[in-house]
Amino acid sequence: MDLSIIVNQYSLYLNGLWTTIWLVALSLLLGLFIAVPAGILRSSNNWFVKGPIWFYMYFFRGTPLLIQLFIIYYGSAQFDALRESWLWEYFQEAWFCALLAFTLNTGAYTAEIVRGVIGTMDKGELEAAKAYGMSAWQTLRRITLPNSLRRALPAYSNEIIFMIHGSAIAGVVTIVDITGAARVVNARYYAPFEAYFAAGLLYMCLTFSVIYLFKKLEASYLQQ
Amino acid sequence: MAELQSYQGILLDGAWLTLQVALLSLVLAVFLGLLGALAKLSHSTVLKGIATIYTTVIRGIPDLILMLLIFFGGQMLVNDLSYSLNEWLNELFTTYNPEHEWYSFLPDYIDISPYFAGIMTIGFIFGAYMAETFRGAFMSVEKGQLEAAAAYGMSKFKIFTRVMFPQMMRHALPGIGNNWLVLLKTTALVSIIGLQDMVKIAGDASGSTQQPFTFYFAVALVFLFFTTVSTTLLKWAEQKYTIKTR
Repeated sequence: MDLSIIVNQYSLYLNGLWTTIWLVALSLLLGLFIAVPAGILRSSNNWFVKGPIWFYMYFFRGTPLLIQLFIIYYGSAQFDALRESWLWEYFQEAWFCALLAFTLNTGAYTAEIVRGVIGTMDKGELEAAKAYGMSAWQTLRRITLPNSLRRALPAYSNEIIFMIHGSAIAGVVTIVDITGAARVVNARYYAPFEAYFAAGLLYMCLTFSVIYLFKKLEASYLQQ
Repeated sequence: MAELQSYQGILLDGAWLTLQVALLSLVLAVFLGLLGALAKLSHSTVLKGIATIYTTVIRGIPDLILMLLIFFGGQMLVNDLSYSLNEWLNELFTTYNPEHEWYSFLPDYIDISPYFAGIMTIGFIFGAYMAETFRGAFMSVEKGQLEAAAAYGMSKFKIFTRVMFPQMMRHALPGIGNNWLVLLKTTALVSIIGLQDMVKIAGDASGSTQQPFTFYFAVALVFLFFTTVSTTLLKWAEQKYTIKTR
């Protein structure tokens, strides 16, 4: 094994690491904006609200992320109307398509977590809050949110790790994330073992940092 | 749509290949998962250590990186190994017989097929996840039942096959189901290492027909079909097994 290759190309890997981090972080953040309303409205009684959300979650949780990315990145070129509109400026960019695919994907998975947490919320606690004379906003802020967050945290940390791992496919559509960097290094030196080994190490560091952070977070939440 | 129809047969062949890879990987994953769980629960520090490294490392690295590492890196490693073994053997023969001519005792170039590499990698990855599932399931089998079995004079093997395994499976079923659903979707990645699965075929077809959306959407629908059938079967199986406990 020739480690000098990795050492020589460290700046490429660091740039890749940065790309992976912002791509995943932004997708997770935007995904939350989809997930929270979708997760809440999923339990609505109106079929016109519930139906589309059900389909969205069913589709994005039932198909591979790679296919979702390919549909958006390659598939968008099939529609002339899209190609001629201002949107095409974004849809021809790999980073935008990856961001869109990752956001929609994590939005669907996180919505399921939100739905689960809300569905298992203890009714007695809400009634107690009402009996204490708390307003709806106070109940949400003091009871519902802290309680749900605490219960959603373990599942959400899993989702973050899935997203970090899932984001590796961004390297397939020309984005130079960690995987993309490894592909470039492999193409330059024909050293697949070294190239992908370094990428694996970086992903592992990223994963374990997230696990460590969430352990700390969970511990501080449980103390309250 | 006419284009989709003309590719229907070859796409279905690809779908069948995807299913094959997924099912064979599952078999390997369950096998490795059982071994991993037993190693983790054993009293041997060495076995425990190996199993812990296996599950930790695998769960820290994305499937795609592992796949590329095993497929491209593994191929190089195997060939380097076979070359150096050849060299060593030939040198050995030359020292005893100076007129010895170079002979390849092992093939000079071993080509790992993407089919084999795909199954191996996916099985190896999900073995780690399965090991965690099985470990939890083994631990949730009541100790009293095992003691009762021992008191009946059952041998260790019998205790495992008659008491431990069937009860463990009941606890493991939801976890296995979840792992299977993730595994099935991971199978789409084998197209990247060059296997002619339905994702690769859809890619080729969209190149020649200029209809990428149609073909990738069709592939998405096939995956949706697979996952829907799987969840239905899993629900049915879970219900069947929970009835038995009551």
